[in-house]
Amino acid sequence: MSLSPDAVLAGLKEIVEEVAGIPAASIELGKNFTDDLDVDSLSMVEVVVAAEERFGVKIPDDKVTELATVGDAVNFIVNAAK
Amino acid sequence: MSKRRVVVTGLGATTPLGGDVESTWAALIAGKSGVRTLAGDWVSSIPVSIGAPIAVEPIEVMDRVETRRLDRSEQFALIASREAWQDAGKPDINKERLGVVIASGIGGVITLLDAYDVLKSKGARLISPHTVPMLMPNGPAANVGLELGAKAGVHTPVSACASGAEAIGYALEMIRNNRADVVLAGGVEAAIHALPMAGFASMKALSTRNDEPEKASRPYDVNRDGFVLGEGGGVLVLEEYEHAIARGAKIYAEIAGQGLTSDGYHIAAPDPEGSGVKRAIEIALADAGLTTKDIVHLNAHATSTPAGDVAEASALVGAFGDEISHVTVSATKSMTGHLLGGAGAIEAIFVVLALHHRLAPPTINVDELDPAVKLDVVMNVARPLPAGPIAALNDSFGFGGHNVVLALKSYEGK
Repeated sequence: MSLSPDAVLAGLKEIVEEVAGIPAASIELGKNFTDDLDVDSLSMVEVVVAAEERFGVKIPDDKVTELATVGDAVNFIVNAAK
Repeated sequence: MSKRRVVVTGLGATTPLGGDVESTWAALIAGKSGVRTLAGDWVSSIPVSIGAPIAVEPIEVMDRVETRRLDRSEQFALIASREAWQDAGKPDINKERLGVVIASGIGGVITLLDAYDVLKSKGARLISPHTVPMLMPNGPAANVGLELGAKAGVHTPVSACASGAEAIGYALEMIRNNRADVVLAGGVEAAIHALPMAGFASMKALSTRNDEPEKASRPYDVNRDGFVLGEGGGVLVLEEYEHAIARGAKIYAEIAGQGLTSDGYHIAAPDPEGSGVKRAIEIALADAGLTTKDIVHLNAHATSTPAGDVAEASALVGAFGDEISHVTVSATKSMTGHLLGGAGAIEAIFVVLALHHRLAPPTINVDELDPAVKLDVVMNVARPLPAGPIAALNDSFGFGGHNVVLALKSYEGK
């Protein structure tokens, strides 16, 4: 199953808003999860697990640290779903 | 060197009677019951279908994201602490002189049990990373300490239903020993869930008066049949006297002393001789520089169990002798239910307000006073307390044989 970047971004916005309470409108590709969106390490685990469930992909723990920005996460999920 | 004096300069609570101190006290004085039929699909699976849930759900006063990272008991602690801190005037103090002592009897038991359900049904991957910080019993104290940046020490005494009172005693000593100038002290509990209730029911500790929820909690009445599980909590701002005076703080009352003993008798049953309770009262009075002559009011532990109420009443008569005749006794669990680790804290607040407003809360549902209870129970209608310097006690006892008695004095402007 392939996913469009737009669909993944829309889904991630919903997840981050649900988990961290950050308004979806402020979540953009260039935003850093930690520095810009204030998503702490525990909440990041929640985001990852929710994204795996929603998009049907696996995001290994050693890859999570490489997902600094929302764009990094979108790219990883789109590629993993191909 | 004389002891550093400790006064109460702020109060906060969320209880079955109200979402804050003012609404709780108004309902308490009016003799309202917070006990009702419980909702939830699990209720039919246990023999008890009544309890005393808090009056205002946390989601009504907290941010949604905040609630999902906090166990219900932690939510109660933050709600009560925010009110207490606001009431104290949010003193701008050196954080190295600010402490937090908030107790819980059981800790985040609802988080623990819900997470176990997720583990069994969906697997480890879906266990929230917030699970451990949510279920640890020190979580309520830790979250309050974190919010206020308290650095003098954050502590969590655990002594079952005496925990909340023990926390206040611990805070008293922190200030007396010069570890802190201001300490938020109290207790919380959120355990209205099938498993803890099944456990208490199995001990035959809970009332099964399912058809009359508001009549079920009836300390001292001949037809009492057990306690009603409540939830919620309370937090008091304790402050060193000179510190409070220097900043012009409002002072409600003085925490003058405490007595701590243990029964060494049985894991759950009260010692019928009540010697541990008697000694705790004597120690608290001596610590406060008071005698039995000074005490005009007592908030009893009295949970509405057949054995416990009489054992405490007998111990009080033993400790006071003839002086018991001028002690008006209130059993406020008749209205709030039993908040376990939160009980000693909200009841200490009730004693503070009784001294402050000169009004002893009623004990409701006493249709026929148990003849074995030889106390002046404030039955069904609140009763005025005398003017001038007065003092009162707060009794709290816990499974394990823990006895905590706090001694409080009215504040007379000096």
